[in-house]
Amino acid sequence: MMNQADTAFVLVSAALVMLMTPGLALFYGGMVRSKNVLATLMENFILLGVMGLLWALWGYSLAFGPDLGHFIGNLDYLGLRGVGAEPFKTYSETIPHQTFMIYQAMFAIITPALITGAFAERLKFSTFLVFMILWATLVYCPVAHWVWGDGGWLKGLGALDFAGGTVVHINAGIAALAAALVVGPRRGYGAEPMIPHNLGLTVLGAGLLWFGWFGFNAGSALAAGALASSAFTATHLATCAATLAWVATEWIVRGKPTTLGAASGAVAGLVAVTPAAGFVGPMSAILIGLGAGVLCYLVVLAKPKLGYDDSLDVVGVHGVGGLWGALATGLFASKLVNPAGADGLFFGNPSLLFTQVIAVAATLAYSFVLSYLLFKILDATMGLRVTPEEEMAGLDLSEHQEAGYNL
Amino acid sequence: MQKIEAIIQPFKLEPVKEALHAISVQGMTVTEVKGFGRQKGIREVYRGMEYQVDFLPKVKIEIVAADDKVKDIIATIIEQARTGRIGDGKIFVYPVGEVIRIRTGETGESAV
Repeated sequence: MMNQADTAFVLVSAALVMLMTPGLALFYGGMVRSKNVLATLMENFILLGVMGLLWALWGYSLAFGPDLGHFIGNLDYLGLRGVGAEPFKTYSETIPHQTFMIYQAMFAIITPALITGAFAERLKFSTFLVFMILWATLVYCPVAHWVWGDGGWLKGLGALDFAGGTVVHINAGIAALAAALVVGPRRGYGAEPMIPHNLGLTVLGAGLLWFGWFGFNAGSALAAGALASSAFTATHLATCAATLAWVATEWIVRGKPTTLGAASGAVAGLVAVTPAAGFVGPMSAILIGLGAGVLCYLVVLAKPKLGYDDSLDVVGVHGVGGLWGALATGLFASKLVNPAGADGLFFGNPSLLFTQVIAVAATLAYSFVLSYLLFKILDATMGLRVTPEEEMAGLDLSEHQEAGYNL
Repeated sequence: MQKIEAIIQPFKLEPVKEALHAISVQGMTVTEVKGFGRQKGIREVYRGMEYQVDFLPKVKIEIVAADDKVKDIIATIIEQARTGRIGDGKIFVYPVGEVIRIRTGETGESAV
């Protein structure tokens, strides 16, 4: 039975999630040096175009098409054939199939965009485009199918991922680690200061992400009702808690509460609550947020000792935040919140945590290995990095023939 | 005629400008500059990473004035720009060979 309220809600949610990508662009854009601001914005913004078309042409079919071996969707929905007004009953009986498709398209756009923070300020734009097309096809679509697709093997195991902690954040976070390892550090990393050039953009970006994330998490209920409201509340409370936890921790450890810390804490909280949003109550959400703020800050703090240049901390925020969120779902999930979910460890069911560990481990392994191989292959064929001179001049000029600031 | 070049703390620009107005200084050129003196740089922290920032933002004021006004102007700048802490800046004074007003072609002190 079609429901107009549900349809309206999911369409608005899709628009909210769309805004997250420009929000992410600002979040990242403020953290790079001024000579790379446009290149950083561009790597995110252009994905709206690239992934939007890829999703319509073959991505949606690979992720949500009829199951092939519990691994990937088949090609039935190639070019959106048959994806129209009739609901796709497996996912929702109350909204058009096309509404579900376009909502999911926005997830396929933001996920690869998250990775761009790891190789900021040095990757060739042409290689970047090819990597993203391959990564979305070979990594994002299969993993989305495993976790969300009808017949996907992790869904079959009973792994819970409400809005994409595993599919989106762990997936992108571990791909970011592969990127940082293969691409290598920025020229001069560790020797010269690489200071965020405009944290105002970053804070604005974090605000837009927070706003759009309501569409991401509450929208994942795919219906305008109590579950969406519960996910919305959990999302907000976890983010509040994580913002405060990050700032409080750095205040204690380093002596000053920072603006970048507040923005980073908010994003860490949003990431961590993503898999749990529709399965946990408000107080559990606050605990998840507190954990995310402290944990992500400590990992980011340890990065210089780990030696890789994950320039904008995609691993520390999305990888670690996603990991914590997926495991926390196994701790805090409750059937009282969502009868379609499961009980977690703290509600008397230890087996869910085990299932979550399998889902996390499988995603980590698959995404890391494929991302690593993709970068290695592109390194040998197209070359990954701009020349040293181009990197010194900045990507805005060398890759796009523009300047971010003309005074 | 002499040129007075003062490097001061950015937040002192406004009081210095007002005080110079009050003693009828007719014009000045202001530039945002970066540099360091004995104050050296400062440390900034982003996501726990500490960076040494060697060049601090300062403001450079340039004024060309008749010889008999120079002492007053310098005294005014010092009075307004001084906090007594390290980093207050410096004043340099140079002789000026010639001044020409582009609009009228006037030269010398009447062009200042």
